[in-house]
Amino acid sequence: MGNDFVVPAIVAVTLVTVAIGFYGLRLARTTSDFLVASRVVSPTWNAAAIGGEYLSAASFLGVAGLILKYGVDVLWYPVGFAAGYLALLLFVAAPLRRSGAFTLPDFCELRLGSRRLRTLATIFVIFIGWLYLVPQLQGAGLTLATLAGSPYPVGALVVAAVVTANVALGGMRAVTFVQAFQYWLKLTALAVPAIFLALQWQADGRSAVTPPDGSTFRTATTVVVEQRAVLTLADGQTVEVRPGDELSFAEGEPVPEVSGVANGATDWLLPSAAGSDDRGLFGTYSLILATFLGTMGLPHVLVRFYTNPDGASARRTTLVVLALVGVFYLLPTIYGVLGRIYTPQLLVTGQTDAVVVLLPEAALGAGTTGRLLAALVAAGAFAAFLSTSSGLLTSVAGVISTDVLGRGSVRGFRLATVIAGVVPTVLALNVSGMDVSQVVGLAFAVAASSFCPLLVLGIWWRGLTDAGAAAGILVGGGAAVTSVLITVLGPGLTGWPATLIAQPAAWTVPLAFTVMIAVSLATRRRAPADIGRTMLRLHAPDALRS
Amino acid sequence: MGGNISAVIGVFSLVSVLAGALYAVGRLRGRRGIATPGQRATYEVLHTAGLAAEPLRAGLNPAGAAKAARHLRTLVGADGLALTDTDDLLALDGRGAHHREQLRTAARRVIASERSTVLGEAELTCDRIDCPVRGAVVAPLGGASGRIAGALVAVTDGAPAPGLVQAALETAHWAGSQVALAELDSSRERLARAEVRALRAQISPHFIYNALTAIGSFVRTDPERARELILEFAEFTRYSFRAHGEFTTLAEELRSIDRYLTIERARFGDRLQVRLQIAPEVLPVTLPFLCLQPLVENAVRHGLSRKPGTGMVSIEARDAGAECHITVEDDGVGMDPATLTAGIAELAGSTGDPGDDPGQHVGLSNVDERLRSVFGDGFGLVVETGVGSGTKVSMRVPKFHPGVRAGS
Repeated sequence: MGNDFVVPAIVAVTLVTVAIGFYGLRLARTTSDFLVASRVVSPTWNAAAIGGEYLSAASFLGVAGLILKYGVDVLWYPVGFAAGYLALLLFVAAPLRRSGAFTLPDFCELRLGSRRLRTLATIFVIFIGWLYLVPQLQGAGLTLATLAGSPYPVGALVVAAVVTANVALGGMRAVTFVQAFQYWLKLTALAVPAIFLALQWQADGRSAVTPPDGSTFRTATTVVVEQRAVLTLADGQTVEVRPGDELSFAEGEPVPEVSGVANGATDWLLPSAAGSDDRGLFGTYSLILATFLGTMGLPHVLVRFYTNPDGASARRTTLVVLALVGVFYLLPTIYGVLGRIYTPQLLVTGQTDAVVVLLPEAALGAGTTGRLLAALVAAGAFAAFLSTSSGLLTSVAGVISTDVLGRGSVRGFRLATVIAGVVPTVLALNVSGMDVSQVVGLAFAVAASSFCPLLVLGIWWRGLTDAGAAAGILVGGGAAVTSVLITVLGPGLTGWPATLIAQPAAWTVPLAFTVMIAVSLATRRRAPADIGRTMLRLHAPDALRS
Repeated sequence: MGGNISAVIGVFSLVSVLAGALYAVGRLRGRRGIATPGQRATYEVLHTAGLAAEPLRAGLNPAGAAKAARHLRTLVGADGLALTDTDDLLALDGRGAHHREQLRTAARRVIASERSTVLGEAELTCDRIDCPVRGAVVAPLGGASGRIAGALVAVTDGAPAPGLVQAALETAHWAGSQVALAELDSSRERLARAEVRALRAQISPHFIYNALTAIGSFVRTDPERARELILEFAEFTRYSFRAHGEFTTLAEELRSIDRYLTIERARFGDRLQVRLQIAPEVLPVTLPFLCLQPLVENAVRHGLSRKPGTGMVSIEARDAGAECHITVEDDGVGMDPATLTAGIAELAGSTGDPGDDPGQHVGLSNVDERLRSVFGDGFGLVVETGVGSGTKVSMRVPKFHPGVRAGS
């Protein structure tokens, strides 16, 4: 532990973020030239900003950790996280921008003209926002604990405090500049160390990722267990370990098999038991549906589209986002794979989410290069927490201040920011045992079962009524929310119920669509009278409108 | 097993008895709410009238008339009821569809003469043997304003009884006043639109004169610049006088302000300094047409008039969550807040400070009023000023508001 470069790197990232937020606008846009001042944000810049806001702790840390742990199965996470923008591009981006709606509740009011539906959408926006904020703070706690040796709550509290203060005091004024900067920082922070890691791997004689006789420890390692597990040692003996146990392994000793983790080469390399067990397959389909359709329901992503001047540029922006995000997701995969070789002890401790921040030092040694790269990765991870949490907090606080507190003043927004920041902080301090990516996956599942049907049907089907939309959101979204609450708080389940609850999207999304369509057909008379005009507004090309 | 079934049946019957009892109590209570037949009749008439009023308040159109005719028929107690506007039958509920032509002719006659009439069997001949229609009452829909908007036709199976005639006349009078109220609503909207138009006409005279004088001074010395200025001026007027749309985007409003300032710079030269700071995120924000331009005009006047040396006008638009905050500031002589309040209170400002141009108050208060009427009372203008310390006008614009949309 104890890397002297980490804390300065993190402080530097935080200061730069805050400084750009406060002064970026003043420096970049103070002019006497109207052409400069009223230049709209180009799709490329806006796409980088969306990427910056979107690539969260789950993407930066979680994906690599999951790949280290479960292998090829979870490749669907990065694929789905990126491909969600394809669904957004095809079905939502341009019509939503043309509608002029800023938030999802705005869209509800515009399309269906119902205040009650707006309230319902508000509740879901707040829930999804909070659910998504928790893993960000969790990741921050984990990173600081791993790299600087501080207790877990410190990191979470620091990030929560910095972000809340920054948003409340107006530090996200130059939000596009900040977020675009964060994207490139995150990409650099993963790409540069990845190059060094790949070279080191070459120099080490390209060790096999999954050697036939199981992975071995490259150096003598002492492991402190953090999660209860059953280990199967090399001689076939099983040991039950509890948090706090210390185990020592000599160099070259094989890594014990850990329960609940893909251990053997075939387990890790092949899709899990697709043939023998339907549950794994169901979980995978659920994950695909949640990530593909959930992206369009994330409140902090949708508000960024408002910056585009028209529908066509919104579509172009989405296309660029798809490319930027796609490039980014290649990198965590590399970390997860190399983590198999250089940091197998994480499988024993259960802290697989830390693989990205630990890998540079583990692979390159504790020399200056290794420590500098570790600091760079830590800085990138912090950029991920800061940008995503700021974006989420701004959206949630905006919704709370306009729809819950009902006053749009500056003080109202500050109060709302504090409220929006405190709740997830408290939650993050109390749930530390879950995989970061899995919690994010749950947020995606809720978004996919509530807002995805609303947006897709609202934009493409004239027959949607307010009663139908409300029923669909309540039934589908409600089922997803219940699953989330059971997963987070409830008793451990086994068998099919456990699968259905852990990955609910595959049944909640079709359920939401079905209920929405059925209730809309039953209440056909409630369809808004001005539906033709609304549809024209959503779908007519921008050139026709002025 | 047998005990089990009987237990289930027992529970089931108990539940149904309970439900039946609850239902019965509910019915009895509901009945007790309206005690006497008189009260019930009053309630029913008022309720039906309320149902009929809603579609009528949208004005006389076929869809609304069809909805209203159903309730009006219940109200009059006729076998068929039709509503017409000044030249055509809009809706007919109940009997009499094949007498359409005759009813329409009668209605036209009634509207022309402004007097109600009763049609007997002789005027309603038809070749259907089983036709039950024997008479009709036609009454004009006259509002309080005295203008006849249409007619109400009540069709009956027997000879029109005096009670039916009376009911039809009263109902027609009532419906007429509802239609008149609808007209009032639409004229109020027209008035609001006329105000915007008036504002468009208002900016111009002063500015047009100054602009043309400034351009004129360049015609000989710098013809190329004069030409450019004239083109800018033309574009500026095109935007300001555009006929369509109550709303525009911040980007477009800024473009127009740019043209305005280009022309003013031709007049003032280096004395006029401009500083802009616009967050790109808020450029697509929709706001009422011409609500920023008067503020800038005001700032130019304040920043430069009665003050030697340069004047600085700064325009700032900031992103603030679900809102956009816009401020227009000048470092001119400022004004006494009391004068400003008085000026706004008197609107025309004819008795205000004689040295002050009353026009600016009109501009500010007009913008203030329009912002409030569009976004709500919380979104008015905020003016910070003092003698000798410049003026700062700020407004908040929500990024989304139902019913607000650029280009409409």
